[in-house]
Amino acid sequence: MAVKTRRYSARDVTILVIGLGVAIVVNVGLVWGPTLASVGLSGTAWNGIGPIEWVGGRNYHDLAAEYPPFWSAVRNNVLWLAFLGLVATPFGLFCAVLLDRRLRLSRVYQSALYMPVVLSLAVVGFIAQLVYSSDYGVLNAVTGLGVDWLGDSSINIWVVMVAAAWRHVGYVMIIYLAGLKAVDPALKEAAAIDGASERQAFFRVVFPTLRPINVIVLVITVIEALRAFDIVYAINKGRNGLELLSVLVTENIVGEASRIGFGSAIAVILLVISLAFIVTYLSQLFREER
Amino acid sequence: MAQQLPISRRHVLLGAAAAFGVPAVLTGCGSDDPGPASGGGGLGTVTIGSNASDEIPKKTLETVVGGFKQATTKINTVDHNTFQENINRYLRGTPEDVFTWFAGYRMQFFAEQGLAVDISDVWREIGGDYTQAFKDQSTGTDGKQYFVPFTYYPWAVFYRKSLWREKGYEPPATLDELTALARKMRADGLIPIAFADKDGWPAMGTFDILNMRMNGYDFHVSLMGGKESWTDPRVRQVFDTWRGLMEFHQPAALGRTWQEAGQSLAQKKTGMYLLGMFVAQQFPEADRDDLDFFTFPEINPTYGTDSIDAPIDGYMISAKARNVDGAKALLKHFAQASSQNVATKLDPGVLAASSEADTSGYSALQKRGAELVSKATHIAQFLDRDTRPDFASTVMIPSLQSFVGEPDEIDSLLASIEKQKANIFR
Repeated sequence: MAVKTRRYSARDVTILVIGLGVAIVVNVGLVWGPTLASVGLSGTAWNGIGPIEWVGGRNYHDLAAEYPPFWSAVRNNVLWLAFLGLVATPFGLFCAVLLDRRLRLSRVYQSALYMPVVLSLAVVGFIAQLVYSSDYGVLNAVTGLGVDWLGDSSINIWVVMVAAAWRHVGYVMIIYLAGLKAVDPALKEAAAIDGASERQAFFRVVFPTLRPINVIVLVITVIEALRAFDIVYAINKGRNGLELLSVLVTENIVGEASRIGFGSAIAVILLVISLAFIVTYLSQLFREER
Repeated sequence: MAQQLPISRRHVLLGAAAAFGVPAVLTGCGSDDPGPASGGGGLGTVTIGSNASDEIPKKTLETVVGGFKQATTKINTVDHNTFQENINRYLRGTPEDVFTWFAGYRMQFFAEQGLAVDISDVWREIGGDYTQAFKDQSTGTDGKQYFVPFTYYPWAVFYRKSLWREKGYEPPATLDELTALARKMRADGLIPIAFADKDGWPAMGTFDILNMRMNGYDFHVSLMGGKESWTDPRVRQVFDTWRGLMEFHQPAALGRTWQEAGQSLAQKKTGMYLLGMFVAQQFPEADRDDLDFFTFPEINPTYGTDSIDAPIDGYMISAKARNVDGAKALLKHFAQASSQNVATKLDPGVLAASSEADTSGYSALQKRGAELVSKATHIAQFLDRDTRPDFASTVMIPSLQSFVGEPDEIDSLLASIEKQKANIFR
């Protein structure tokens, strides 16, 4: 029997060309083009107006050796990832487990925890200022402390991460809650009959069945940590202890500064970090499918 | 369940493609907000790109331009900070004929790149209305003029007259007197010097004035131009003196905006505040007459109090202007004393740049401001206008904030500034 060939009607072809063509144009034009351009520009010195001058790896040397905000930004990005991953996400899971036990008023708690998720991080940034401002903030007014929460560069990153986590916890909680509701109650019953304690039942039985949810939450956490920008930008434009790689890229390229080559070098570093996570995640995903 | 859906999946995909595609096309058009058009003379239409997005400056510009009859005008107002941050792309794209900008290095930087039109011929007509200091600030590195000054505002140390009268304070004339006054204020339970640097730029005002008082205007300009070393003992001395004054500054400055510090002055919690005249905005109308200032006291007798920061705002013509004749006529209109009188009447925080402007309508504060500037031999434009924009925003802001946070780390800070300066000014 001949190989079965599929026939496409003219309409199919048109749709295919439009559908695929648009996707390819958008993908190349908006993703791969700018990415390669950034990598190329990172080896140049350009102010956006004059001629482009090739300087090789000089921008990388300058930013690593002589640009103090760079290392603060790397440190803050790592802290941000660790804090969301090790504190906020487990706490979101914890809230989800508690709410799943049908407490009284669980709807109220659920709404209260989920509420911040509808706010943009920039708005969370403004709210954080109302809470933490040293002169007018609620926190100092209530506790009677005189701490400069947002101005002291040794503590501001922590309080800002708490504000970011406030939103992240609700997000993670709602995803886990949905996952937990889908776990077959018979599993828990069986574990209980077998004499497992509640803790064992959760960690040995329920949590492993949540694996697909865990992957989603992990990806969300990494994305949130790497794209963090708006909250620190709203608070103090990401300076003085709140530096993040995303902010430095903006500060150098978009602002009046126009150090396009230098800013591109920072963007490439951010790209490399992001790629490390994306590649790990995708290779995991493909391995499973096989 | 097997009901045929009215819309096939392909249609949904197409719709989605359209929905995502259309906004991309729209954003390409930019924010061309066709502002009010007025006039109708013989010189066609002149377009104006304006950063006057605040209510008072916006109304001022509209009123002044409304009095221009030689051509039709169209104002395109963009948010102040957005305009500033996008100036590069703006001038290379499709700029308006005339645009708002700042005097000094910030103007020269763009004139040098060939993004502005030489208006020396306009200056031959209007030159008599301006002092030499204003002309210098409008002149590019090639000796030609590119800028027409419109208004400006001086930086000084502001205080409330009623509080000072009540406590018997007198404006200090030397650094020692300033320190003594600050001690007295602290003993009276006041925070002597209001201070805020959350936004990164207000501390530049303190650095400028200390450097000009201690090392003179010429050294300041040359330092800003990248020609002096930041590890020079003279610069170190400026930071040392500043550190000595830090104990009198309002603590926790990095978490405070200038507006909040201005409020503390208005509420008589702090004794004095070094800022631009715009601090008056934080005072209720009724209290504005209670606001007064003195120029920062002398430190080095060689220089006395001969220099101040007084940033000048004005207008330039973009190199891509379509109606240069009309634009030049409009700049002459801005240079007229009568136009600037309109501005100073509407905006109490600014002074007219023209020497011919009528000062009889000035408020008490404006009169004092004009007097202060007329006494100054040198007028600086403020750190972020006197040096390269990339140096000011990516090096000086983080560095000064780091100094305010840890005033003891001077040597390592200056070494770091010097290295970064070398990377930028090469």
